[in-house]
Amino acid sequence: MAVRVEVGLKEHLFDARGARIKRQILHAFPHLTPPERISCFDIYHVDEDMAQAPLEEAFCDPVIQDIAVGEVLRSVRGWYIEVGFKPGVTDNVGHSAQYALELITGSRIPVYSARGYLIQGDYAPDMIEAIASECLANLLIHTIRVFHFPEFRRIDPFIPRITGLHKPIVEELSLDMSDEELLRLSQTRTLALTVDEMKTIARYVKAPKTIKARASLGLSGKITDVELECLAQTWSEHCKHKIFNATISYEENGKTKKISSLFASYIRGATARIRKAQGHRDVCVSVFSDNAGVIRFNDEYNLVFKVETHNSPSALDPYGGALTGIVGVNRDPFGTGMGSKLIFNTDVFCFASPFFSAKLPPKILHPLRIFEGVREGVEHGGNKSGIPTVNGCIVFDERYLGKPLVYCGTAGIMPGEINGEPSHIKKIIPGDLIVMSGGRIGKDGIHGATFSSEELHEESPTSAVQIGDPITQKKLTDFLLVARDRGLYHAITDNGAGGLSSSVGEMATACGGCRIELDKPLLKYHGLRPWEVLLSEAQERMTLAVSPDRIEEFLALSGRMDVESTVIGTFTDSGFFHCTYEGRTVAYLSLDFLHNGLPPMRLRAIWSPPAGDGTVTPVPDDHGAKISEMLGRLNICSKEYVVRQYDHEVQGGSVVKPLVGETCDGPSDAAVIRPLLESDEGVVVSNGIIPRYSDLDAYHMAACALDEALRNYVCVGGNPDHWAFLDNFCWCDPVAGPRNPDGEYKLAQLVRANKALYDYALAYSCPMISGKDSMKNDYIGGDVKISIPPTILISVIGKMADAKKAVTMDIKQPGSFIFLLGITKNELGCSEYLASWGKKGFRLPAVDAKKALRRYRLIHEGINQGLILSAHDCSDGGLAVCLAEMAFAGGYGMDIDLGRVKAEKGMNDTEILYSESQSRIVIEVSPDKRKTFTKLMGRDAVCIGSTTGEPRLVIRAKSGHTLICQTLVDLKTAWKKTLDL
Amino acid sequence: MAQIKALVITGFGTNCEMEMAYACRQAGAAADIAHISEVLGGTYSIGDYHFLNLPGGFLDGDDLGSAQVESVRLKYARIRTTGRTIFEEIETFIERGMLILGVCNGFQALVKSGVLPGNPLGKRRVSLTFNDSAKFEDRWVHLKVNPASPCVFTRGIDLLPVPVRHGEGKFVCDCDETLSEISRENLIAVQYAGEDSGPTMEYPANPNGSVYAIAGICDRTGRIFGLMPHPEAYTHPTNHPSWTRMKNSVGKGEGLAIFENAVNFLKGIV
Repeated sequence: MAVRVEVGLKEHLFDARGARIKRQILHAFPHLTPPERISCFDIYHVDEDMAQAPLEEAFCDPVIQDIAVGEVLRSVRGWYIEVGFKPGVTDNVGHSAQYALELITGSRIPVYSARGYLIQGDYAPDMIEAIASECLANLLIHTIRVFHFPEFRRIDPFIPRITGLHKPIVEELSLDMSDEELLRLSQTRTLALTVDEMKTIARYVKAPKTIKARASLGLSGKITDVELECLAQTWSEHCKHKIFNATISYEENGKTKKISSLFASYIRGATARIRKAQGHRDVCVSVFSDNAGVIRFNDEYNLVFKVETHNSPSALDPYGGALTGIVGVNRDPFGTGMGSKLIFNTDVFCFASPFFSAKLPPKILHPLRIFEGVREGVEHGGNKSGIPTVNGCIVFDERYLGKPLVYCGTAGIMPGEINGEPSHIKKIIPGDLIVMSGGRIGKDGIHGATFSSEELHEESPTSAVQIGDPITQKKLTDFLLVARDRGLYHAITDNGAGGLSSSVGEMATACGGCRIELDKPLLKYHGLRPWEVLLSEAQERMTLAVSPDRIEEFLALSGRMDVESTVIGTFTDSGFFHCTYEGRTVAYLSLDFLHNGLPPMRLRAIWSPPAGDGTVTPVPDDHGAKISEMLGRLNICSKEYVVRQYDHEVQGGSVVKPLVGETCDGPSDAAVIRPLLESDEGVVVSNGIIPRYSDLDAYHMAACALDEALRNYVCVGGNPDHWAFLDNFCWCDPVAGPRNPDGEYKLAQLVRANKALYDYALAYSCPMISGKDSMKNDYIGGDVKISIPPTILISVIGKMADAKKAVTMDIKQPGSFIFLLGITKNELGCSEYLASWGKKGFRLPAVDAKKALRRYRLIHEGINQGLILSAHDCSDGGLAVCLAEMAFAGGYGMDIDLGRVKAEKGMNDTEILYSESQSRIVIEVSPDKRKTFTKLMGRDAVCIGSTTGEPRLVIRAKSGHTLICQTLVDLKTAWKKTLDL
Repeated sequence: MAQIKALVITGFGTNCEMEMAYACRQAGAAADIAHISEVLGGTYSIGDYHFLNLPGGFLDGDDLGSAQVESVRLKYARIRTTGRTIFEEIETFIERGMLILGVCNGFQALVKSGVLPGNPLGKRRVSLTFNDSAKFEDRWVHLKVNPASPCVFTRGIDLLPVPVRHGEGKFVCDCDETLSEISRENLIAVQYAGEDSGPTMEYPANPNGSVYAIAGICDRTGRIFGLMPHPEAYTHPTNHPSWTRMKNSVGKGEGLAIFENAVNFLKGIV
């Protein structure tokens, strides 16, 4: 018989979790009469009756907690809500509880965890249901039980057993059907395949050559579900990037241009040209061919970097989606080459306003809930993995209501050579064993790859949600780094989207075939069908190629380090992707067809530039009030609330933290870390993202995002001759269709963004080394369609030779000179300033890369010579925001004269303050370095004022009168209060 | 002079082992990093070392409360070669007069297994619970050192800037007598303090609401020391959050002093 155990803090202790949940509930229900008190309990449902002593020993800290077994801990009057997991959902706490009990008793008894909340207050039952489902649980993954005390004195155990699973059968499907039937089959199975693609598969199955090969293995003329699912996954937009590889006819001004592949022409094309031009100065080691990009760090080490998105799962389950996003991207650099040690994370989120107050469309979670869930998921994923989160940002726009964007990035470091071989090369030999290490397989995340290749709709499958387990993954990475250094495997890759189907399918191309025994992988529970085993996206798994003569040692080490590893097949040179189940063939696909059989998509793009609005910049009545308002805007305000909750200095190499300045709360431009503690060499990482600009032209949006990332990088001291970047596209569906009438325009935006990256990567001589695209960021529910603005995240990684020379953005002293580098133009189109007036404007900032690169190199030289006390870039909110941030971060005032700013003719004070012209950097220079600095920078160095001991930001108009005179305290308060949740 | 040997235990979610070992080496010790499985498997024996380090991290994901599962593991899991528990190994280690340092999650493990305050050894008398903010926070604090404490790790230090990075760091005692006892015996080695104002209960200088601003305690011998903040995170001048504002940035990280004290003490007795 099962037993329910309840653990809670002793009554005299402050229940901090309860107090926090109370705050969250009052946020979500502002008109609610506040509950007297909320107490939190940890619940363990133990699936066997047992003595009290081991339960106390395992679950209760007697100094701070009380425990009740088989009864409730506190039976005061109030509502009791128990939130547990649905069957099959990853329950990390339950696993740890089971492990602790096993240590004590020696027997393995399943334990299922839950949370209890005792809410003291008089509420109607439907209010409690609302609180439970809005604030405490996500009904996709949780079960809720509600009790009212004192009517209830006892709560029975609840065991979320998995029931009703299929027998592990294999279906055979005839594809001899009409187009409509093929499409319906694709839809009902969440295959996300088009009619043409379904027909291509049908033709392949019917080909005499195929029939003959399959017959020899006992397969009929029908396709198996294993094969169909495997093809759908491999051919998904998510895995195959069909749009980026499509043949596109692009029309602009009546002229048509044919592009055979955006990826090949613009992305890979740019990098190839840059590498050639750089010759021996080329920093690239491995680009676009592995799970992550690899560049040189120094003579001995390489850096590995990747950024991914996890948008659709985060829309459904923000916590689990984001957690899986971060631990998932960890496995990319970890599975690159022979595997790298992970050194930092970076996260960028795009949300709708957390203060959204209109009615939500069906199935959409409130943006505040998404914000909090994502924040916490990344917190747990990053912090528990021991990887510092060093950089990031949050962008707000109402159009992220339908789908939030959750970008998670991770970098690693690996020796250039491991056991005498280049570390970035995988070598698989036919006969090598296929080994799966790490977590077990369940139904989690099945169809993740195909599901994310569709827009979010009301029937989106809930099985696509996974919850990561950072500790299992930490054990796995601890083990595999040892195995790597002992040379115990030939190749490694991660299991992400598409699971084994994708990981083994890709590895098989290196040797020419594979045979997977689908009855071999360890399962979380029985009853998975073979195709589910193949496609499951259950987390924390790596796939390896291990030579038969090392397998014993590999498995022994794995066992010693408490990691499960299983041999699940063999790499071959058969030319086939071959799967068996209990000895019988269940899939036999030509590798060539699997990887190259997909017909290229043909798409049309039509560019017509959108009209802007109004050419007159509104002038505020009170410039002092306006700058405070600007500082408090969501896209500008302090993100300290989030940043503080991420460990940004574990591993001990932190140099420039995300929060800097006198009281450690100024917004850093970029991060610097020392990945090798014995060395002063620094890794610099920064990001740039400006989706608003897509409203006028995605070309400039992309160019500005790149420039923003590069100038952030330069501000802290990054070397412009040792840099590279990742491009992460998140688009709204650019394939025209009945539900997507403006698809051709969106595709034109995509083409233009690619063109910009090509142009500017070349101009900056900064290669792209890896990237990712997510193309279906739309929501359709009822009559509502919400599409995100086309968004590109640029993530720059590079080096500074001496991290001790790094520069931060906070003003360092009174009496310094303030320089503004770069011309200010009347470029307020889509600026944060015009957005504050509800306007769009007409002229976007255009990047002059030639001048900017020269400037960035000279700034780097200035930093190396120690001429620069602080540097900060002008971005959202322009010069005004930049100056305010520098002043209040440093605790020193400024006296600035707008008349001295180098600006386009005819610009008024407001335009100079808030223009978002690119490539501009504000620099503080000590009086004794002024001469050397101006000599170095030449005409670019324009002094616009000085710093003062007065805690005030004073900005004078062109006419000489005082435009702004605000205390630093007021400015900082305005900047900090918005997101102080 | 004998080489001081430090052992840094990792595995199952610990994550500060590299910088902890680095700090030991910078202080002059030889340092090995051992996975708990390797200790339980007999590959590494605590008895071969002088200085045992339990670094920060998230052992077992903090799933049942920080270091709760670890306290069970230390007492129940048996070392394959000897049949003894790690807790028993630690007992012997302490009897030999060797040093133990637990940081953050390592400190939590020391109090939850009753190694600290250690009177009697094995009895839980203090604990670390959720921060008053109910948030994990990464921020730098100032530690005020109690000069009357027997703690060998903090000798000669007055004020130490170090980061906290935890969600469960609020120090509490099982009863008032325990608090008076550890206070009377000067086992309170470090307290959260303002930069110039002494121990404080004010947030954020006291980042978690710890009773009596307690950030770390030692045992009666001063040879076992645990604290929530991370001295191993300040081993290089650029670790300090305001190093770019310092006119004469110090030559090395101030957190190293803790490790140097440990190694120097051991050099005197080994």
